Amino acid sequence: MSAASTPSLWRGAGRLIGKRIGLALVTLLLVSAVIFTISGLLPGDAAQEVLGQGATPEQVAALRHEMGLDRPAPVRYAEWLGSIVAGDPGQSLVANKPVADIISERLPNTLTLAALAALVSVPFAFLIGIASAVSRGRKLDRGINVLTLSMVALPEFLVATIAVLIFAVELLWLPSITIVPKDPTFAQFARAYAMPVMVLAVGVVAQLGRMIRAAIIAELDRPYVEMARLKGVGPQRLVFRHVLPNAIGPIVNAMALSLSNLFGGAIIVETIFNYPGLASLMVNAVTSRDMPLLQACAMIFCATYLLLVLIADTVAILANPRLRQV
Amino acid sequence: MVDVLSTDISRRALLGGLAAGLAVNGAGVGSATGQPRAGGRIRIASTNSSTADTLDPAKGSTATDYIRHYMLYSGLTQFDGQLRGRPGLADRMVTQDNIVWNIRLRRGVHFHNGKPLTVEDVIFSLLRHRDPAAGSKVKTVADQFASARRAGPLELQLRLTGPNPDLPAILAVSHFLIVENGRRDFSKANGTGPYIAHEFAPGIRTIVRKNPNYWKPGRPYLDEIELIAIPDEISRVNALLSGDVQMVNAVGPGSVKRVRATSTHSVMEIPSGLFTNLIMRRDNPVTANPDFVLAMKYLQDRELIKRALFRGFATIANDQPISPIDPNFNPNIPQRPLDPDRAKFLLKRSGLLGVRLPVYAAPVANGSIDMGSVLQEHAAQIGLKLAINRVPSDGYWATHWMKHPMTFGNTNQRPTTDMMFSLFFQSKALTNETGWNHPRFDRLLLEARSTTDAALRKEIYGEMQLVVHQHGGLAIPAFISLLDGYDRRLKGMFPIPLGGFMGYNFAEYAWWDA
Repeated sequence: MSAASTPSLWRGAGRLIGKRIGLALVTLLLVSAVIFTISGLLPGDAAQEVLGQGATPEQVAALRHEMGLDRPAPVRYAEWLGSIVAGDPGQSLVANKPVADIISERLPNTLTLAALAALVSVPFAFLIGIASAVSRGRKLDRGINVLTLSMVALPEFLVATIAVLIFAVELLWLPSITIVPKDPTFAQFARAYAMPVMVLAVGVVAQLGRMIRAAIIAELDRPYVEMARLKGVGPQRLVFRHVLPNAIGPIVNAMALSLSNLFGGAIIVETIFNYPGLASLMVNAVTSRDMPLLQACAMIFCATYLLLVLIADTVAILANPRLRQV
Repeated sequence: MVDVLSTDISRRALLGGLAAGLAVNGAGVGSATGQPRAGGRIRIASTNSSTADTLDPAKGSTATDYIRHYMLYSGLTQFDGQLRGRPGLADRMVTQDNIVWNIRLRRGVHFHNGKPLTVEDVIFSLLRHRDPAAGSKVKTVADQFASARRAGPLELQLRLTGPNPDLPAILAVSHFLIVENGRRDFSKANGTGPYIAHEFAPGIRTIVRKNPNYWKPGRPYLDEIELIAIPDEISRVNALLSGDVQMVNAVGPGSVKRVRATSTHSVMEIPSGLFTNLIMRRDNPVTANPDFVLAMKYLQDRELIKRALFRGFATIANDQPISPIDPNFNPNIPQRPLDPDRAKFLLKRSGLLGVRLPVYAAPVANGSIDMGSVLQEHAAQIGLKLAINRVPSDGYWATHWMKHPMTFGNTNQRPTTDMMFSLFFQSKALTNETGWNHPRFDRLLLEARSTTDAALRKEIYGEMQLVVHQHGGLAIPAFISLLDGYDRRLKGMFPIPLGGFMGYNFAEYAWWDA
């Protein structure tokens, strides 16, 4: 790239990214409308759920009025939308607390778990992906293939249950549920998180590893690699200096998908290890018909997903001069 | 005047409770034997908790809530092993007609913040349930409190709208635990209970610490209890076996062997009045037909349900809701057997053998899907085609239960015979499951309430059980036992059939033997 063309390239990229952000906001709006509509179709409402089986119709009607559920749905949606734009996710119908308070208690848990799992799985995935791509067709590659395929095929609940039976019930090395004390020492922290992180990482490592392998192999077949080889570039330099930078677009994309999976798909791990994260909170909100809480959780999940995809797209755009000019 | 909480009854009740505890725990583990020791910290796991968790006894709706409330607050009375009301904050309750009750409070009881317990606190705690704005779960029960007034520094007089001899038991229910006068904000708990709230995070955990000034000298024994919930049964049992929690409730019948196989843990079986029942509505011509209803009762394979569904942790039931653990149980009603021939005869006579009817079942009604399948199998053999509609647990009570001709219901043990009958069988009751209308039953129910003689009342209740057994529109195949798993070092407990964890009130009895 020449120095003269750089500003226009960046401007093009900026315009593209701006467009993506705009689309993401529209997506969020649509998702919120869809969730509001669908959850409105669920049988029962928060007032009925709170009062339970034995409530009289008068009690339900009174509580419904107090919660504002007796107003028409579009009015409620518009009101919610107005306050969320102003940054206030509202008041939980069931817990009588601001939704922001409840979320702020759970979100750090989910972020910690997702971050730890990413921290563990990304390096492993690169290691596996690169190793098997470089040794394509040889014993190591085939071995890794069998291993990763079976790891992808194993459902998380099975991995988690087996891990609990071995490490918690039989060996008594690790706790079977994740309880983190208020000010944990490093040992407490590591013990508490070891199993959920391990279980989450199993799936991500396998999936991401396979995608990294595919991306690298696609590059290895390109003529410039041949040329580099002929020029006498060693295998390590070849992979890290020539192939990886070119394969980074698809790899980052794959990473974004895997990580959003970590964030949102943690519900099984949260259930088995009884971990108070955002996913179980959202399930909670559905069963108690707590609309503001449900909407807030959905927005966070959706926004995180869109953010990760946006980052991946941005990296891909910046890494690929041809895309930058669009 | 008779003090219904008199020491004589109490002693017998207590002994009964202890005996039951010993019978269940053959080796004496977990029972009230040995010298209790002070100290120790345990963590226990119940089945569910959510953002709806509360510190307001009136709003309690899950086992986790009830346990929390019994740790933090005290009631005027407390349950014994036979679900009778024993002295709590009230040390005397006297009545002549079961309408006007004179209640004397214990001297020298203090709230956690140091405020002494007064008559005004008790009056407020009882009458607040009548206010619809309080959102109380027991509003319909509290509506019978006509008035309450101060009768002395530690005496009050509670007047009911009609006679009710069960008041001492009703007041032991967790919803009626005593709170401070005027308290409406329950973000903090201030009770007179054995433990003081240390941390309360709805949906995550409750941590309580020993109340050094508890009104029962020497109690409680434990220094600290952490209460969490683990909804997944396998995870719950695993947490118990790995030592992360020291007690759990709702152990699945299939996990009992696994827990009992260890040398460190065991399971306590608590026979209870919990049942899952097939409801046949009176407002549908098919399920209102007495021959059809009786045929469905004869098609219940009670032995198989007890053996296969609950692995023997159940008691065969007889199509009426009062279980053998209830002192008012009528043992003289002949057991209805599985009799397909008789069912076929009845169906032919009713001309309904050819109907195709769906039965609605959901996992939330404990065992209902399998019960439906067993019924379907036996019905098919005599030519009756039943479809079992398996529907999701979520929203089942609001959308399906009692809303179709045939659905499954699931009913917990109630503290008194009267409550069970008036909630589910009185013709004007909101949850009159089958929608039946039996004037004689309604009359007997009122008669029992105004009868002061306990033996005579038992006779009336016995007759009501017979009426439901013969004419009721519901089939009850079995009473399901509750199963608690615990670390063998946890001692001092005996079963109270109201629920797991000693009817949710284990906290002031349990001690740690380490």
